[in-house]
Amino acid sequence: MGSSRPGGAGLDSAGLGVRRAIGFVAPALLLIAVFLVFPALWTLYIGITNYQLTGPAAANPRVVGLDNVVEAVRDPLFTNSVWLTALFVLGSAVIGQNALGFGLAWLLRTVRPGLRRTIEGLVLLSWILPGTVVAYLWFAVLSRDTGTLGLLLGSPQTAWLVQYPMTSLIIFNVWRGTAFSMLLYSSALAAVPPSQLETARLAGASGRQTVRDVVFPHIRGHVLTNTLLISLWTANDFTPFLLTAGGPNHRSEVLPVLIYRQALESGQLGYASAMSLLLLVGNLAIALVYLRLLRRRA
Amino acid sequence: MSPLWVVRRIGFSVLVAVVLAFFAVPMLWLASAPFDSKPGLGLRWPDWTFANVVATFGHPYALTSLLNSLVLCVVATVVTTVLAALAAYALSRVRIPGRDLLLYLLLLLSSVVTGTAAMVPIFVMMLQLGLINSQFGTALVIAGGMLPAAIFILKDFMDAVPRSYEESARVFGASPRQVLGHVVLPVARPGVATIFVWAFVNAWGNFLLPFLLLRDVGRQPAAVLLRTLYDEGGSANLTVIPVFSLLYSIPVVVLYLFVNKRYGFRFHGGIKS
Amino acid sequence: MAGITAEGLSTVYPNGVRAVDALDLEVADGELFALLGPSGCGKTTLLRTIAGLEAASGGVVRIGSRDVTRLQPGDRRVAMVFQDYALFPHMTVAENIAYPLRVRGAAKSVQRETAVRTAGGLSLGELLDRRPGQLSGGQQQRAALARAVAASAEVLLLDEPLSNLDARLRLEARTFLKKLQRELALTTVFVTHDQAEALALADRIAVMDSGRIRQLGTPREVFQRPADTFVANFIGSTPMNLVPRGAEVIGVRPEYLSPAADGLFTGTVSVVENLGVTSLVTLDCGEDQIGYVVPEDDEPRVGATVTVDAPPARVLRYDKETGLLVR
Ligand SMILES: Nc1ncnc2c1ncn2[C@@H]1O[C@H](COP(=O)(O)OP(=O)(O)O)[C@@H](O)[C@H]1O
Ligand SMILES: [Mg+2]
Repeated sequence: MGSSRPGGAGLDSAGLGVRRAIGFVAPALLLIAVFLVFPALWTLYIGITNYQLTGPAAANPRVVGLDNVVEAVRDPLFTNSVWLTALFVLGSAVIGQNALGFGLAWLLRTVRPGLRRTIEGLVLLSWILPGTVVAYLWFAVLSRDTGTLGLLLGSPQTAWLVQYPMTSLIIFNVWRGTAFSMLLYSSALAAVPPSQLETARLAGASGRQTVRDVVFPHIRGHVLTNTLLISLWTANDFTPFLLTAGGPNHRSEVLPVLIYRQALESGQLGYASAMSLLLLVGNLAIALVYLRLLRRRA
Repeated sequence: MSPLWVVRRIGFSVLVAVVLAFFAVPMLWLASAPFDSKPGLGLRWPDWTFANVVATFGHPYALTSLLNSLVLCVVATVVTTVLAALAAYALSRVRIPGRDLLLYLLLLLSSVVTGTAAMVPIFVMMLQLGLINSQFGTALVIAGGMLPAAIFILKDFMDAVPRSYEESARVFGASPRQVLGHVVLPVARPGVATIFVWAFVNAWGNFLLPFLLLRDVGRQPAAVLLRTLYDEGGSANLTVIPVFSLLYSIPVVVLYLFVNKRYGFRFHGGIKS
Repeated sequence: MAGITAEGLSTVYPNGVRAVDALDLEVADGELFALLGPSGCGKTTLLRTIAGLEAASGGVVRIGSRDVTRLQPGDRRVAMVFQDYALFPHMTVAENIAYPLRVRGAAKSVQRETAVRTAGGLSLGELLDRRPGQLSGGQQQRAALARAVAASAEVLLLDEPLSNLDARLRLEARTFLKKLQRELALTTVFVTHDQAEALALADRIAVMDSGRIRQLGTPREVFQRPADTFVANFIGSTPMNLVPRGAEVIGVRPEYLSPAADGLFTGTVSVVENLGVTSLVTLDCGEDQIGYVVPEDDEPRVGATVTVDAPPARVLRYDKETGLLVR
């Protein structure tokens, strides 16, 4: 549009002009292209080869077409992993974080400011502490003999991470990730017009009726947004590796862990890429729904 | 006061107490174990000592790894903040051809291509480029992953800066560089600070990428060393782990407190990914 | 010092809106000039095109004898006050006022000195070290004016300078603005949608509609002889009576009508509205409604039959087809 309008005068408020603006955007785009777009596309290629970390196929990978994908779908380890991932996402994100996040946001509206800040602070802290540290915190809760949970329940001999690995991971991830849902629902609840809540109270509605009839219609969009985002992050979370490393005997081997073990421990880079591909496709599906939602709201 | 009201009140208090305990109890370990003469993976009233602290500072890699974390983090954070600020400003102010599509793709990318989903090609790429064990290379990979979300959040901040500020400066004769330096950056400072802290916290805690790309223990950041301590020599090094965990957590907590005090923990879309 | 000339000036937005349409305008040196018109008629766009913040799609802008059409805003020697004042929130009042000098690389001491001097002239002396957020609306407006004055530009452009003030303050600020402009004798163009403001302040007024100028003249000319029915409707605190009569439309201001034995209109009093020292009376005259103004205590009863007339020089005739003034 620059050339069609005479004069060097302002085309935009900043007075940058298109050329300089492109210069401003280019470095960021370059980095994104090299470290994000290229790897994503390359996954497609590696996924159809028999590329390996070591051995003859490391030097001269051969294109094997869709063999990897077919093999993955038939591989019981892979189907097991997809199932566990679904369980992990459903249990810890869709149900756990969602419900606890909303519950906290709802509860904390009526709690004293001091107590409210304490609880919010703790929930946020569990979210921002580094993953490796958090893993130790939970070893200390779940380990045999000395673990806090065993002491509290009076069964110190239970090795929770070994006997109930998926349940442990799910509870752990609820603890770890609820902060996001809490923040999102808090801001959503703050946007519900107080006059409507008061109308419900004047009409004598119970807490449950108020949530159902007044609050939920306002935050429906937020629930969907939140569910999509936390599902996406949970499906791609690598922290389970730090807690159980997929064990015992593949019983907590969610997809990110399986991909890591296939690629770096077994050296099957091509095969692991094919599995990554399926994860990418899953992410893409969720992200497209999410973006469509955003667009409709805008 | 009706009995029902009392029952409800008690139920409410119990609920709050349970929630509080659920979030607080796991963290107590971080306060007790570092100063316990026999630290373990469990909670107990410590038998106070500073021996663990001394042992940790004596560990050959502990301090090095914290330094490595700092280098990795500062590079990744500065690259992310500077590049994202420039890009967000230009995207907010200028209708670059294809801007809306670009923004859409950025949003899509930031959610779809996660470090986990792309770990194999990233590893292979860095292997073939000979950048395994390169801290700078790893920092750039981390920055590349954070950039789309950073651009997005910062663009929101930049959009909120009134255009009349820049126009006013321009009428008085300010050059684009002066407009940026005198007006836009100072006004958007809360946004830039938010991104800076966000990027720092994310990079500081990132485990997977340095774990994949930095195999040499002398170059590993704290995130990876802390993991190494778990199975180094067959069993967990429980003298060093608790103190080291604490040391490694402090910067994040301090930054969090700073942000909370300075700006309040405002909510910015998918601020953590 | 310099006047402003626009010849055939057009500004078209990328979405195709022709906000300024082949417009000719001449603002004399030292004049206080008002751009008046309803919201969306292109006043702000015209001002921004003069400042160089929008690129002209056609035509020429001159400041003095310089053709500035293709110059950057900073090279035009104009100063502008925005509707939201655009005071930089992170700078003190003094830093804001001295900003034009800072851009030009003036020494810190010169900057401070200018800020103190300019602020003194606009009664801001006490507020130099405050931030804009700590100022009242009126103080912010004066700080923005001070910054524009400190730029020592040839032309001052003001976009709705009074619209963000509350009613009482607006009157005060209006007087202040006029006095300041007289002292500085600076060519000033200000935008407003408030006809009373334009009439009170300006040396000359351009009434705009859809990117064009409908009428250009002194406040008296524009008030007494609106060039067409659009301007007639827009100017005046009570709307002008416009009554079709054959191929013409008769226009009379309510203020010029008074009861008479014999006259232009006869009708029944339907409403009486108190305006303070006067009242506005509405007469039902068959199809038409006629308003006229009476002094206090002279109000007729509702339902009474009244005849009103005006001096012949105050009765205007417009062409029914074109809406233009016939006589
Ligand atoms: N940035 C813009 N892009 C497209 N159209 C615009 C823009 N700014 C103003 N317009 C349109 O141009 C016309 C004139 O607007 P403006 O100059 O702001 O009017 P005024 O100041 O008289 O209210 C309006 O129809 C408005 O919708
Ligand atoms: Mg306007």
